[in-house]
Amino acid sequence: LLRCFGCVLRVVVLLEGEPLAVNVDLQTDATLQVDISDALSERDKVKFTVHTKSTLPNFKQNEFSVVRQHEEFIWLHDSFVENEEYAGYIIPPAPPRPDFDASREKLQKLGEGEGSMTKEEFTKMKQELEAEYLAIFKKTVAMHEVFLCRVAAHPVLRKDMNFHVFLEYNQDLSVRGKNKREKMEDFFKNVVKSADGVLVAGVKDVDDFFEHEKTFLLEYHNRVKDASSKSDRMIRSHKNAADDINRIASTLYTLGTQDSTDVCKFFLKVSELFEKTRKIEARVAADEDLKLADLLKYYLRESQAAKDLLYRRGRALVDYENANKALDKARAKNKDVLQAETSQQVCCQKFEKISESAKQELIDFKTRRVAAFRKNLVELAELELKHAKGNLQLLQSCVGVLKGDT
Amino acid sequence: MDPSLSASDIASSTKPLSEASSPPVMDLLSEPASEASSAPMVDLLMEPASEGSSAPMVDILSEPASEASSAPMLDLFMEPASEASSGPMMNLLMEPASDDLKEPPKPDIDPLADILNDTPLSEVKTPVAAMPQETPSDLFDDEPSELFAEPRQSNTAKQQQTSIFDEPDEDLFSEPLGEASKKPQNDFFKEALAPVAKASNVCGPLSDNYNEHPTDIFTEEAMTTLPSAVSTVSVNSKTNGVHSDEEEPDIFAEATVELSLDSPRNDRKKKEAAKPSASAPAPSVSASASKPQPKTLEELEEEVEDKFELNISITNPEKVGDGMNAYMAYKVSTQTTLPMFRSKTFTVRRRFSDFLGLYEKLSDKHTPNGYIVPPPPEKSIMGMTKVKVGKEDNSSAEFVERRRAALERYLQRVVFHPSLLQDPDVREFLERDDMPRAHNTQALSGAGFLKMINRATDSLSKMTIKMNESDVWFEEKLQEVEAEDQQLRKLHIMVDSLVGHRKELSVNTGGFAKSVAMLGSSEDNTALSRALSQLAEVEDKMEQLHQEQAASDSFCFAELLADYIRLLGSVRASFDQRMKTWQRWQDAQNMLQKKRETEAKLLWANKPDKLQQAKDDITEWEAKVTQYERDFDRVSATVRKEVLRFEKEKACDFKKQIIKYLESLLQSQQQLIKYWEAFLPEAKAIA
Repeated sequence: LLRCFGCVLRVVVLLEGEPLAVNVDLQTDATLQVDISDALSERDKVKFTVHTKSTLPNFKQNEFSVVRQHEEFIWLHDSFVENEEYAGYIIPPAPPRPDFDASREKLQKLGEGEGSMTKEEFTKMKQELEAEYLAIFKKTVAMHEVFLCRVAAHPVLRKDMNFHVFLEYNQDLSVRGKNKREKMEDFFKNVVKSADGVLVAGVKDVDDFFEHEKTFLLEYHNRVKDASSKSDRMIRSHKNAADDINRIASTLYTLGTQDSTDVCKFFLKVSELFEKTRKIEARVAADEDLKLADLLKYYLRESQAAKDLLYRRGRALVDYENANKALDKARAKNKDVLQAETSQQVCCQKFEKISESAKQELIDFKTRRVAAFRKNLVELAELELKHAKGNLQLLQSCVGVLKGDT
Repeated sequence: MDPSLSASDIASSTKPLSEASSPPVMDLLSEPASEASSAPMVDLLMEPASEGSSAPMVDILSEPASEASSAPMLDLFMEPASEASSGPMMNLLMEPASDDLKEPPKPDIDPLADILNDTPLSEVKTPVAAMPQETPSDLFDDEPSELFAEPRQSNTAKQQQTSIFDEPDEDLFSEPLGEASKKPQNDFFKEALAPVAKASNVCGPLSDNYNEHPTDIFTEEAMTTLPSAVSTVSVNSKTNGVHSDEEEPDIFAEATVELSLDSPRNDRKKKEAAKPSASAPAPSVSASASKPQPKTLEELEEEVEDKFELNISITNPEKVGDGMNAYMAYKVSTQTTLPMFRSKTFTVRRRFSDFLGLYEKLSDKHTPNGYIVPPPPEKSIMGMTKVKVGKEDNSSAEFVERRRAALERYLQRVVFHPSLLQDPDVREFLERDDMPRAHNTQALSGAGFLKMINRATDSLSKMTIKMNESDVWFEEKLQEVEAEDQQLRKLHIMVDSLVGHRKELSVNTGGFAKSVAMLGSSEDNTALSRALSQLAEVEDKMEQLHQEQAASDSFCFAELLADYIRLLGSVRASFDQRMKTWQRWQDAQNMLQKKRETEAKLLWANKPDKLQQAKDDITEWEAKVTQYERDFDRVSATVRKEVLRFEKEKACDFKKQIIKYLESLLQSQQQLIKYWEAFLPEAKAIA
């Protein structure tokens, strides 16, 4: 059994150039194109083949591929976040960790139930498992690709040295995962940051645009979070219902094969129908997952990134105001005036620099969001229609046949 | 439904047309249909021809056509409308039909569809405008095509065909036709409409069904002008075979009525082969045509009901009393033509325990004889307590409805059973106003519970008894029943789980809808905000849809399974009963053996005083053995008969219910399509 799972894990998914659900690039530029051409899953590691096509002069070749792991993506993302230069930009959100726990849990169930299940049930379970695994896998790959595409499309980040190294250096970047101490540090940093965030958010912004964006993003982020978790729940129960139909189909099949009477043939036909409809039903759930839940999840992270940008700007504003106060104080006391002046100037520059790019970034964020929602919702509606029509046709022909028999 | 039939229809209709070759006819066909019909039609003509069926057809058609050119064929429709319409159809239908019916339908569909698409109705009308003045032969040329197009699909008519075949020929050609030819044709058809419609009720059982076609056709014609009617009709004849094609309705708004008519009619023919179809006069057919499929089911039901001449429904569940003493009363309405009842319709009020009481009585009387007594739904303390407490929530309403439906099905099963229907207790239950209250229901259901335990232990002890089965049939059947029971239980659990998940889905969809609405309200792009709130509305509707679907999962599917799990219990009980009688017989035989041994011992010991007693015992036990053996044979025969009856009914029930269930699924998919179709432009409007 484990062997069977192993082979699932080793599945090499050739991504059939599938359009990425959540990513809508504003400017498509032939000078730098990045995609994940291939991905290999081994146990809990996923190796992504990052493929780059570029005419930029600082690359040695026009086209090349490297193998990267999830940790290296995280490293790249963190390097952006830590770079002061990029404080005025929405840093593309890091892709989520590949999560195969759900599949593993199912596998365990499968292993436990192996003895008590009939052969059909076992195959059914295995099918479900494989389909689920494949779905998660594809999703993981897509999320990583989206991150790279966002960076590649960004007017400033695409020129980042680390990014170029990430794309070109054909050996392991020897990025290690964070150790315990670093994780603790991160944790404290986050606590301080969120406490500070509350503080900074309380400060009334001088600029109406940013003030509006701030209230909007705070609310939007919470609501998109709620919608995302609700959509997950909805899709999960949809999948469960599809699984039930699958089991009903297999029991009907057993009922139908007990005999060769008229009813049994009837059962077999109905079983066949259910087998088909559950496939469609599962596809509906999968497509809702892909078009709706993933979109919401992505904008959950993206709105977080936008919020972070506003935090950085807010922080800079507070710093600037403090520096102003310090300068006033220094002037009053006529002590360390020069030092206060320089620091006030630094703060002012920093704040202005952030404000300048942040405005455009937030406008872009909105344009991207609207485009992405449009694309996904249209595709969702089209897929729902396609599946419902397919289902309807199946049902109609089956009812027709069954009625013809009676 | 055999498309190849209509293929040959077309073939036959084109053939005479070209042979008759009167100019207007050519017009009719050449203008609008030349490209469309000529090429495919030739194909169609050829295909059946290779099967050998086209020859007679062509004969039939070319013959009347040629004759028709001399004599006005209109009479055919006007004067003896009833015979004429049924007559020629029948005989024309006759010869090719038998061959054609068996042909594979597939290959012909496409060309047919092409014809449909390419023959625009409006175009046809204009060139044909000149038609009425022309010789009636044109008319006839077209008319037959439609006439036999339809009846030919009915293969059930084989026996009757011959008889009908004979008479119409005379009608067709020997009738005086002259007078009619002078009248304007438009009138003919309007007049013809009436007699035909009447004729459908007068004629024999079978021609009845066929008469409906002409009726329809003529109503069509009467509604439109004659020329266009001709064209419509010629179109109709082509479309008949492919009525299942989805595209048709769009193309021929007028033709749709005719198209969809075929399927119910065909089914009907099979079902009510010998019944005058008073229930389906032509006008109402068009009404029912939109939903042809359910119709047939109802009729199937009707047929069953008609056989028993008894129709029972349970309605108006009503809470009586308050608090823990409250109970639900149901209105049991009976409609019957059976002479054993005092009146034709009557209603009584019964409470749940009365139903249980009826079962107890019936079970006590009939189970020992090997009958399968349908069991009532179980007592549900949980559900009933909720109702008693008086919570007016969804689940208690659902519970009441579920129970009402279950009781109705239970009672219907009882009265559909020919032997149980004769039982005076059943009659009393249905008829008597002041039914003595089944005393002590609590004890009753308690007893029912004990009985279940007893049954369980019984079947356990049965396992230990080794019955050397004389009849393999019973052994196999019992095994089948047990296996089926197991599978049904499994299925029931799964369907229940589906119901649960579907309800969960409904709740979660509702939650998501609200969440999306909130998201939409905070979105600052107007179009996107609007689209999101539209999405929220779609999801809201989906919530409703999922809930309805969960209800039909439960009502149509889970309840059916629950019924049959209970019924299989009764089936097993009847097998147990047979086993018991067998055991009694065996015991008696053993006893007789013992008595004989005693006698032998007494003889040997020479004790004549007790010998007489022993001899009496032997005679007594001999009688018992014969009696018990007879009992066993009788019970065996009953069980066998009952099981076969049960299986037949089960097959019927399952088919009916599952089709109903699938139709509910179908409907919810249709709704789904509607909702998303409405949403798509909203999504596209985001900018």
